[in-house]
Amino acid sequence: MSAPLLSARGVGKRFGGRVACHDVSFDLWRGEVLGIVGESGSGKTTLLNCLAGRLLPDSGSVTYETKSAGSVDVHRLSEARRRLLARTEWGFVNQDAREGLRMGVSAGANIGERLMAVGARHYGEIRGQAADWMTRVEIDVERLDDRPNTYSGGMRQRLQIARNLVSNPRLVFMDEPTGGLDVSVQARLLDLLRGLVEGLHLSVVLVTHDLGVARLLTHRLMVMQGGTVVEQGLTDQVLDDPQHPYTQMLVASILPV
Amino acid sequence: MTSSQPALRVTGLAKSFIVHAQGGLSLPVLRGVSLAVSPGECLALVGPSGAGKSTLLRSLYGNYRADSGSIRVRQDDEWTELVGAEPRTVLDVRHRTMGFVSQFLRVIPRVSAVDVVAEPLRRRGTDPFEARQRAEFLLAMLGIPPRLWALPPATFSGGEQQRVNIARSLIVDYPILLLDEPTASLDAANRDGVVELICQRRDAGAAIVGIFHDTDVRDAVATRVHEVLPPSSIPPASLAGVSA
Amino acid sequence: MPDTTIQDTSPQDGAYNYGYLDEQTKRMIRRAILKAVAVPGYQVPFGGREMPLPYGWGTGGIQVTAAIIGREDTLKVIDQGADDTTNAVSIRRFFARVAQVATTTHTAEATIIQTRHRVPETPLTDGQILVFQVPIPEPLRMLEPRETETRTLHALSEYGVMQVSLYESIARHGRIAKTYNYPVMVNGRYIMSPSPIPKFDNPKLDRSPALQLYGAGREKRIYAVPPHTPVKSLDFDDHPFEIETWTESCALCGSTESFLDEMIVDDTGKRLFVCSDTDYCESRR
Repeated sequence: MSAPLLSARGVGKRFGGRVACHDVSFDLWRGEVLGIVGESGSGKTTLLNCLAGRLLPDSGSVTYETKSAGSVDVHRLSEARRRLLARTEWGFVNQDAREGLRMGVSAGANIGERLMAVGARHYGEIRGQAADWMTRVEIDVERLDDRPNTYSGGMRQRLQIARNLVSNPRLVFMDEPTGGLDVSVQARLLDLLRGLVEGLHLSVVLVTHDLGVARLLTHRLMVMQGGTVVEQGLTDQVLDDPQHPYTQMLVASILPV
Repeated sequence: MTSSQPALRVTGLAKSFIVHAQGGLSLPVLRGVSLAVSPGECLALVGPSGAGKSTLLRSLYGNYRADSGSIRVRQDDEWTELVGAEPRTVLDVRHRTMGFVSQFLRVIPRVSAVDVVAEPLRRRGTDPFEARQRAEFLLAMLGIPPRLWALPPATFSGGEQQRVNIARSLIVDYPILLLDEPTASLDAANRDGVVELICQRRDAGAAIVGIFHDTDVRDAVATRVHEVLPPSSIPPASLAGVSA
Repeated sequence: MPDTTIQDTSPQDGAYNYGYLDEQTKRMIRRAILKAVAVPGYQVPFGGREMPLPYGWGTGGIQVTAAIIGREDTLKVIDQGADDTTNAVSIRRFFARVAQVATTTHTAEATIIQTRHRVPETPLTDGQILVFQVPIPEPLRMLEPRETETRTLHALSEYGVMQVSLYESIARHGRIAKTYNYPVMVNGRYIMSPSPIPKFDNPKLDRSPALQLYGAGREKRIYAVPPHTPVKSLDFDDHPFEIETWTESCALCGSTESFLDEMIVDDTGKRLFVCSDTDYCESRR
């Protein structure tokens, strides 16, 4: 454990006159799950996109420790290397699975794409790995040749996760992965994610507005309000002993079950 | 066992709650708390209701954030400071050194009782089969009938959930154990099982800090008592030396 | 390239420049062709002109031909292998009139062969130019609708998605079912659409001694494969590229090696197989 896997320093982004996120700094270590919470419009997703190299921040830097090539400034990499990183060492799980999947091709092709992108050329092996991942995300292998548009919302989300994890990423960005799903479907997905994150020793940056999801999945939390991080710390500490007025309000707003 | 060396050392710990919804109202709970626990000791926190026993225990675990003072934990033959520590430091201490038994189980959807119990052991790299066996042993010892083991504990009674929680916290041989009313809402038979487990841990060299309302339980497990006083009852003079 | 000048117009069509296009347009197209030859398989945008035929009838091919043709050339035009379809005849007559070139139906005699959907069976030789009419130049289009993204994919050689389409074909049909417009890798760098030729013709593109020029009129793209350039058809290790074979032979010339068209010859549904390449077939009879 010599260097953090991902480091943000003073990351800021504005859209015109509006500040989307401002002066965000943190270190993410291997195996850590960092949650970013806050209400809609608090800049969570913008920050996530800046971290994942999908948006160029106006200020600050994001450094990532690669598997073999040392640490790199995510936003100074050539587009080719950044995209290679994004489809090998990283994953990105969208809230809307349709954005993260190819809806027109089979589940197997969706999962196999990353393998083929890095040169896999044996159909049988690619298909075998796809089937294996179907099982790991609890989708019936019988559905391997079906297109995701015949899948339920929960299955699509699990397929999207498999499509990302097949390349053995070290860092996965997740944007509201359980958003828009029924509660029972959510529970299953959360349980699955928990198992995968732990079993694969993944590092995760997870954006969510659901504090229950944050408590279950994350080790650490950053609370954002109006584009700035108002509080951060251990997840259970932030939720059980919130310090900032906004965090206290957020925690107090959860409906008791 | 170097029992002369404490496993946990607390000095000058202070904790207050600021309630912003009430105009920044400050509620001081702990002031100038100092204590030390050595391996093989079980320290019972006593004091009137509302004195801050639970707050102290949660602060020791890092669940509540201390305002000032020091909480140091013996790990890898070194002292690790928890007040102001990085989250990953606290997580590492929780992972390897310090276990916490709360009154309530935080259930994980869909996960069976036996897996809930086995998880901390599995996470430390123990073979899943072995971890399960150990979990089943503990569940049996705490009187959870085998027909419940494969079910998620969400639908269990309060007492059953608590015993699942105890099993989960005791499955790893943590050198330091924090117990918050581990026997509340248990009947006599189950209470005795829990007491026996705690004593086993204590005698095996665990340093234990706990809140035990049941005096019989306290007498059975505690080797020492530490009185927690409400901050209002502490004369300011006695705080002068520890406020830093 | 032969020297042509503004004065060099045909006697009966004094209003038109030699080869129909004006000289500036021809120079622009030639520059695009040179760039395409320099970067094999890369699609070069060009300022396509309106031609006196509809899109889809070979406006791209005809502009390429017009830009490279000279008086000494001999032109052959085929449509699905045949020299005698309306489209082939019209284009041949067009160039005979606006460029005063000799025309032929014999592959070996032609210096320029403009083609729609076939590569001649007779092996091409050094110095010949094969001009393809291309409807959709972008091989990734069906998989990725955004032009900005397909350009990036080419620029970065990110071709996983192309392999995805082949995977999908095997998953669906048990084999790579694509029979025409079968994607190829040119010179180990760019994935290219060979235009809707049958995959039977793909091996003829590989290291061909002839220069291959591809013109897409509607989409205004030109790309090229210079002589002797490696052209590999994409496949999987366990599903290698294969060409079509027939159990029948040509009913007219008896060939067992050429690409055959199936014809229904009477009202009872009697079927015949004949060579798609009419010149090749006639030369064997």
